[in-house]
Amino acid sequence: MIIAEQKPLEEIQDMVAPYQKILLVGCGSCMTFCSAGGSEEVNKLADALVSENKNMGIKKTTTPRQCAGKFIKRLEDKIGDCEAILSMACGNGVQAVASRFPEKPVLPALNTQFIGIKEEPGVWTEMCMACGDCILWKTGGICPVTRCAKSLVNGACGGASEGKCEVSKDRPCAWQEIYHALKRLNMLHYLKEKPQVKEWPIHPGRVVREDLREAEAE
Amino acid sequence: MSLRQALESGKFVVTAEVAPGKGTDVEHLLEEAAVIKERVDAVNVTDLQSSVMRLGSMAFSHFLTEIGIDPVYQVTCRDRNCLALQSDLLSAWALGIKNVLALTGDHPVLGDHPKARPVFELDSVSLLDVIGKLNSGVDMAGNELKGAPDFLPGAVVNPGADNEAALDLQIMKLEKKVEAGAKFIQTQGVYDLDTFEKFMKRIEGLDTKVLGGIILLKSVGMARFMNKNVSGVFVPEPLIQEIKAAEDKAQASKDIAVRLIKGMKDLCDGVHIMALGWESKIPAILDEVGL
Repeated sequence: MIIAEQKPLEEIQDMVAPYQKILLVGCGSCMTFCSAGGSEEVNKLADALVSENKNMGIKKTTTPRQCAGKFIKRLEDKIGDCEAILSMACGNGVQAVASRFPEKPVLPALNTQFIGIKEEPGVWTEMCMACGDCILWKTGGICPVTRCAKSLVNGACGGASEGKCEVSKDRPCAWQEIYHALKRLNMLHYLKEKPQVKEWPIHPGRVVREDLREAEAE
Repeated sequence: MSLRQALESGKFVVTAEVAPGKGTDVEHLLEEAAVIKERVDAVNVTDLQSSVMRLGSMAFSHFLTEIGIDPVYQVTCRDRNCLALQSDLLSAWALGIKNVLALTGDHPVLGDHPKARPVFELDSVSLLDVIGKLNSGVDMAGNELKGAPDFLPGAVVNPGADNEAALDLQIMKLEKKVEAGAKFIQTQGVYDLDTFEKFMKRIEGLDTKVLGGIILLKSVGMARFMNKNVSGVFVPEPLIQEIKAAEDKAQASKDIAVRLIKGMKDLCDGVHIMALGWESKIPAILDEVGL
């Protein structure tokens, strides 16, 4: 899932300062699961904003997904006289809402961090950079592009110490993890492949599926 | 004699290393290099080592050629994408630089601009591959070059990797580096000849020349700092005690280097001495080991 963190309250206050009445929108999928922008966080943020500014009018709602048109559409009935939308979605959701409401400022209440998993309560780790060319089958299910600080694809650098990355002692060396996984799977030969150069996608990415386009046209 | 000729001659090769400073002052460093000019086969020039912003390795390597020293131009993949790396390599050759040491490079977070955006589009192995392509007259995209370099490519290895996985990974990567064209290998600093001997046995048969790394131990504090912070460097306690007990620390440091170099003579093809500002002590060390 996508992992995000709430922005500092001061920054959110700066964003909403010009408005008397806002629509605060939570997101029912990733942002709920990572405890950054679900209905619980919507309530907490609304309380915090009102306690700082008693005159602030806040209408609250949470959509199942802010990145899906049919759910965004439901906001049309809620927006009323709100001057701005404060979104607790990831950057994807904020932009989807902004494109649907071009006349309203749509403000991000969160900083989107990465695609990752919950490691333990309160700790999330990045797992996938959406690089467009998955090599997990050759790396024991551990992504070096994301989990090696240098995104190396031809093996470990010389910087690890006691199994930890040179960047931080609380980060394991991804290549040592890959080594252990491939050894366990009897697949160490994948580490001996010819040198690769990682091809990076050109942003913004776009996926076109002709089969689906044609099916729709018919 | 150039580094290439020295390596091909089969002699026990000696290289040293200088690090450009932060700023445009190169005179002092050139003087230090001049002291060892007649005693070493080549001098490495580091590329923003430890990710600290400094004067560049290409410019200083070029200055070394002007005073008759064969430089080893160190190139990391940290700061440049494949366009910049290839262009710099062509520029370096045009400036008279003939040896390149291909490194992945430290992460910027370790240096003095910790928020700098790292590149690492290539790494040590793919960079060696690219150097091979440029040498053969084409760039990475397969375009023909008008005038091609003929670099002697080298690489590094860390024989003191601190666990089995790390060491296996080092050796696998070393094999890839040699396959990608590394004609010489300079190792991380070695203080334990037994470990080094075991390492050399494991890579027996690799078609490359290995120069054992010697870092002059300047103080007890430096030894302890390296043990704690420098990956793959391990100074055994008896050596630390030897420096501690010595009245003349510089002499003790020299004695240790002499013993290590003597020990390496039967194990590998040369030594790479990292004097870290003590370049003036290198000639006396080489006198004592008969090099």
